[in-house]
Amino acid sequence: MELCSFLTLDSFITDPLTHDFMRKALLMSSIVAAVCGFLSSYLTLKGWALMGDAVSHSVMPGVVVAYALGLPFSLGAFIFGVGSVALIGFIKQKSRVKEDTVIGLVFTGFFALGIVLVSKIKSNIDLHSILFGSPLGISLSDVKQTILISLLVVILLSVFRKDLMLYCFDPRHAKTVGINVFFLHYLLLTCLSLAAVVGLQSVGIILVVAMLITPGATAYLLTDKFDNMTVISVLSAIISSLIGIYVSFWFDLETGGSIVLAQTFIFLFAFLFAPRYGIFKLKKLFAGYK
Amino acid sequence: METINYQNFRIEAENICVDYNGKVALYDANLRLKPGQICGLVGMNGAGKTTFFNALTGFVNISKGKIRINGESVRSAQKDQTIAYVPQNEGIDSQFPISVWDVVMMGRYGSMNIFRCPRESDVQAVKDAIERVDLTDHLSTPIGNLSGGQRKRTFLARAIAQRASILLLDEPFSGVDIRTEKLISELFIQFKNEGKTILLSTHDMIHVREFCDLVLLINKTVVAYGETSEVFTPENITTTFGGISPDFLFGPES
Repeated sequence: MELCSFLTLDSFITDPLTHDFMRKALLMSSIVAAVCGFLSSYLTLKGWALMGDAVSHSVMPGVVVAYALGLPFSLGAFIFGVGSVALIGFIKQKSRVKEDTVIGLVFTGFFALGIVLVSKIKSNIDLHSILFGSPLGISLSDVKQTILISLLVVILLSVFRKDLMLYCFDPRHAKTVGINVFFLHYLLLTCLSLAAVVGLQSVGIILVVAMLITPGATAYLLTDKFDNMTVISVLSAIISSLIGIYVSFWFDLETGGSIVLAQTFIFLFAFLFAPRYGIFKLKKLFAGYK
Repeated sequence: METINYQNFRIEAENICVDYNGKVALYDANLRLKPGQICGLVGMNGAGKTTFFNALTGFVNISKGKIRINGESVRSAQKDQTIAYVPQNEGIDSQFPISVWDVVMMGRYGSMNIFRCPRESDVQAVKDAIERVDLTDHLSTPIGNLSGGQRKRTFLARAIAQRASILLLDEPFSGVDIRTEKLISELFIQFKNEGKTILLSTHDMIHVREFCDLVLLINKTVVAYGETSEVFTPENITTTFGGISPDFLFGPES
């Protein structure tokens, strides 16, 4: 019986691994989590949570059009992701409407366009899997594409790690010493669009923004060092993905939702017990026992 | 060591205008500074002080006029690390997870390779700069744990590490302790002797009298510019601050 197998932790972990689709899901989701977690540090520090939300929703029509035309969906997503940001900037500059309003307006518009396109374009696109993710049903071509995009994003972020940190921290200084701020801005946006594409496979378009902001926010509460923040962010994202997939397997829950909930619980734990910045400041509690 | 020609202008701004989407922030502004000169930039909030800084560093584009830095374009000044900008404390995210050492090292980024790997000389420059601002005990302290004065010194160290010949300081004396104020004024004298050019914005009239050879009074454009002793008069200050009497700004003693 299923319930009995819970009794040993060993089988709780190993049983799902006997299924091919579970091995693939665990591997893919870990890769996606690592990429999103890496980027997450930058987005939380730059204050781009809302931008992450906007871009991840705006890629929807791009994904649909790309599917319909038989192009790699990352290409469509990339064009619409960056396009949405350009449009946000344009409307903001040319009208008196405030930026957060423009962001909300543009991304919901793009998202709606995506939904309409799905209903109109007769294809085998599964709306449910785009909206809520389908890590358990990833095809081989998706696996290849995810690994390729993930590698690209990780390489870009690693090479320009310090420049991006400077860009988030003090863009004015970056500009003053001749560092190409324009390039860094679009580099970060590009990575954001690409990460949104890989992220939507495991948790879906609606929740992918959680992958892009929650791990960074958790790490921000736990450390004062940028490099540590990146590491913690990546680790917490991977751990959440693993927990989410296992839990969804054993309890028959929606996988994307489970992954994001796991991230939220880890954040809440940090929020309550982080050594320096948590509400209960664990360090102080321990110090009290000494 | 470069030889400094004290007759050449470090900063030449001619009739510069800056507008943000049609809103004029600064117009017909002129400024000429030579090596070893300290100039105060005085004006109300929104008078265009930060815009002036932004134009000199190339952070915003000028819509009219001409800027020469050491006789060359702003673009080549950026490449040569000629200008260092020291932001006001409010202008930076003090909760950013970064240490004193990392901030000061950012002063060297412009001259490093694309991966920003510090060379021996960069490490030495950073060490020396931190020593000059007396923060050697705080090398790995996150900037969030520093006092306002210590944070200000961190950014000064970054400018020193950059080895810039022009320093732009936005409100260097606001929110700092007496020790930091003393250290900054000592550094100013050293910078002057090294032939650096300093442009600083300040709200504090006493600091202008104390440190600045020259003063530039602005209110969207230049109200008055020249030697502090000649130009920094109650009448000019009143005009700069839109008719508010200097008694109100200085207190009754002046």
